[in-house]
Amino acid sequence: MISANLSAIFYLISGVLFILALRGLSSPETSRQGNLFGILGMIIAITVTFLSIGNFSSGFIFVLIFLLVGGLIGAFIAYKIPMTAMPELVAGFHSLVGLAAVFVAISAFLNPEAFNLGFPGNIKLGSLIEMSIGAAVGAITFSGSIIAFLKLQGIMSGSPITFKGQHPLNALILISIVIVIYLLCSTQSSNLFWILLAISFLIGFLLIIPIGGADMPVVISMLNSYSGWAAAGIGFTLENTALIITGALVGSSGAILSYIMCKGMNRSFFNVILGGFGGTEQTKNSASKEQKPVKSGNAEDAAFLMKNASSVIIVPGYGMAVAQAQHALREMVDTLKKNNIKVSYAIHPVAGRMPGHMNVLLAEANVPYDEVFELEEINNDFANADVAFVIGANDVTNPVAKTDPQSPIYGMPVLDVEKCKSVLFVKRSLSPGYAGIDNDLFYKENTLMLFADAKKMTEDITKNLD
Amino acid sequence: MMEIDPFIFRLSIFILSIFIGYYVVWSVTPSLHTPLMSVTNAISSVIIVGAIIAGLAGNSNSIFDNSSIFGFLAISLAAINIFGGFLVTQRMLAMYKKKKKDK
Repeated sequence: MISANLSAIFYLISGVLFILALRGLSSPETSRQGNLFGILGMIIAITVTFLSIGNFSSGFIFVLIFLLVGGLIGAFIAYKIPMTAMPELVAGFHSLVGLAAVFVAISAFLNPEAFNLGFPGNIKLGSLIEMSIGAAVGAITFSGSIIAFLKLQGIMSGSPITFKGQHPLNALILISIVIVIYLLCSTQSSNLFWILLAISFLIGFLLIIPIGGADMPVVISMLNSYSGWAAAGIGFTLENTALIITGALVGSSGAILSYIMCKGMNRSFFNVILGGFGGTEQTKNSASKEQKPVKSGNAEDAAFLMKNASSVIIVPGYGMAVAQAQHALREMVDTLKKNNIKVSYAIHPVAGRMPGHMNVLLAEANVPYDEVFELEEINNDFANADVAFVIGANDVTNPVAKTDPQSPIYGMPVLDVEKCKSVLFVKRSLSPGYAGIDNDLFYKENTLMLFADAKKMTEDITKNLD
Repeated sequence: MMEIDPFIFRLSIFILSIFIGYYVVWSVTPSLHTPLMSVTNAISSVIIVGAIIAGLAGNSNSIFDNSSIFGFLAISLAAINIFGGFLVTQRMLAMYKKKKKDK
């Protein structure tokens, strides 16, 4: 058994290692080392906890068993999961952090003596406030992430679910959470604790159902942030530095990612959270769509255009992930490079279903990361490029965002794809994207539509390039 | 002089960590935002320390009482995240490669 002061120092060390783990992600070279720091920090935190309790009796065996069972499941998932399913995986993991926070809070509420927080029915006020907040945020994270998971997995429809009086109802529930926490702290009633958990689960569910599929990058980042705040709340209860530091890091990390994602769509955070965006506006635009002429081509035309180009920019989007076309795409690019054509990739901040989604998929397909560029880095290059190859992206290329103040996506930063000499647009049909609006790019003089599955089209183009 | 409540020290650590988080996360390259999410997931599962304390709180007569069973469940949930989170991050980061200098 080690002293409380010594273990506090070790917790501090593991907190610092977690900071270094995030610091490592500033570049791909240092990132792997950063991850090792994170693992080391975790090992220190767990070991110190065992040593500070110093109870290696029968309970200890069970701790190890539960730890191993969880660990095996986690390791199995980590090795089996396809990279395209990363958004679902992260949402699922968030829900587990949330639920773990809830369980620890329940346990501390039922047996406060174990944590030096007082006695059942007479828990220290400060600790009770901290654990109620931790439990409530944890419960919201859990149920919210479950909904996000179901939407990403396609088990639940990605279109927003809205009903009358939704916002007043949510506001009412949020206010009642505050009231219940207040009553709980003044009465210490365990019934109120269970009620608090129940309504927190409910509000997490209600908060996420009105948010549409394309806004998932924001939702995932936001839930990431919540899971951090829940951990911090529990950290205050347990008076544990490692947990407080980590909670603050994760909380601010998720908040920054949400901010970046909102900026990528030029929408305010509240606009996203209130939901209802997308899926509802198709009717307005479908009428005028029929008249405009569209040029469509096949793989042979596309291959011809690319063969005669000297530089090509690839614009991947969620459709590439759905079609699993990243490997086929890399093969096509390899062929282009053999013909001395310069190829680079342009990634919009909100391409895909989570921050950095496209980068991971391209990395999986062995695309070197120094050929992949962010919007600000590459947007000026479109004017000098010969061909833009849009694969699975839509709204993020729509010039309407720059020209039509009436459009719901007006002001959103978009890739200047139309400035290329010619645009190849791989898409299954002319249907609008998730914002529910028509893409002007389809009808431009220099756009050639390639109507096909992204993967099949890319493979066909590669064949025609040889 | 009055003694300062230890809560204030914890609050100070918390607030300063938010600022550290703010600057550290802004320096993360956008191409690594997905690994960032999975690694934050893994480290927030350090909540397992609370779960272990809760799990071991039961006495030797009843290892599984009402409160410790929640502790044990939380241990498993957090362990899924710790192993899953770090390993999947490792797997992703291993894929990020620089251009091969073939000339």
